[in-house]
Amino acid sequence: MIVADRKKIPEIRDMIKEHDRVLLLGCGTCVTVCLAGGEREVGILGTALRMALRLIGRDKVVVDECTIERQCEDAFIEIVAPRIGAYDAVCSLGCGAGVQNLAERFPNTPVYPGLNTQFIGVLESQGVWTEKCAACGNCRLGEFAGICPFSRCAKRLLNGPCGGSQEGRCEVRPELECGWQLIYDRASALGILGKLEAIAEPHDWSTALDGGPRKVVREDQYIGDVGQKG
Amino acid sequence: MRLQYPGNVRVLRFPCTGKIEPNYILTAFERGVDGVMVAGCLEGGCHFLEGNLRARRRIERVRQLLDEIGIEPERLEMFNLSSAEGPRFAAIATEMSQRVARLGPSPLRVKRHKVEAGIQQMREEGEAGLRGEAG
Repeated sequence: MIVADRKKIPEIRDMIKEHDRVLLLGCGTCVTVCLAGGEREVGILGTALRMALRLIGRDKVVVDECTIERQCEDAFIEIVAPRIGAYDAVCSLGCGAGVQNLAERFPNTPVYPGLNTQFIGVLESQGVWTEKCAACGNCRLGEFAGICPFSRCAKRLLNGPCGGSQEGRCEVRPELECGWQLIYDRASALGILGKLEAIAEPHDWSTALDGGPRKVVREDQYIGDVGQKG
Repeated sequence: MRLQYPGNVRVLRFPCTGKIEPNYILTAFERGVDGVMVAGCLEGGCHFLEGNLRARRRIERVRQLLDEIGIEPERLEMFNLSSAEGPRFAAIATEMSQRVARLGPSPLRVKRHKVEAGIQQMREEGEAGLRGEAG
């Protein structure tokens, strides 16, 4: 899932303070699961922002709260669309995709981000999330014993490890596990160490963001023109 | 025991401190209270095993939020005491009341009757919840 965390309250307060009516809009999917932008966090932030605004003399700003199922799908945005006209601005507690989708849908309404979108990752343990995928568009996990050298190695080495790997730790940050140690250990356990003897070919980054914003199209599914929102 | 604690303390009941949502405490501050003390059971003595331990971590988070908002975190504190410690409750309430008095009124400057009405509403909603009524 997409993992995010909340911006500090003064930063959000300063983004919205010039408006008179602001809707805090939460997202019920990824950012709810990572405890950043769901209904409960929207409630907390709403109360906090009303107080923070009052303390700088902007107590007239109305901050209302609402959470929809997903900000990255227009069908869910339509549910809240009739209410948007009553506000000068929207502060989204969705990921960056949610913020931009709202901005596209409501061209005359400023939309601000309440979260910092971090990465695609997993729940490591209660309250701890870890990055696992770089979304490069050309998955090569099969070559590396199921551990991604792009997202797990700080240097994104395809032919690692580097000389900075010490006792299974990365030289970039001591608490960071060396991705290539993980690859080696797992390949060893699977009995496929021989696979690592081959030189890994350079990665084709044209399928990643380097090739420009990407689009996935399912020919049998789409209705209407590709590239235009219905 | 005829113990006394400061008359400006308002008591809101919960089945367990683990039931207290962070936003509930923030709402009390939004309604203008000068300080909040959370009185939980002794650590290790929670009927629900770890409700008070979870509450302590949540209270710490709310203190960080108060700091971000611009309200002194010292206005919120959690204490642990057993329900048999009446004298200790009175002493803690007095200590907290004095601390808040030193900090002065809430920077939100809500009129006193509005604070009282806001807390009364929170109490009524809470008591309705304890009776199992919806809303």
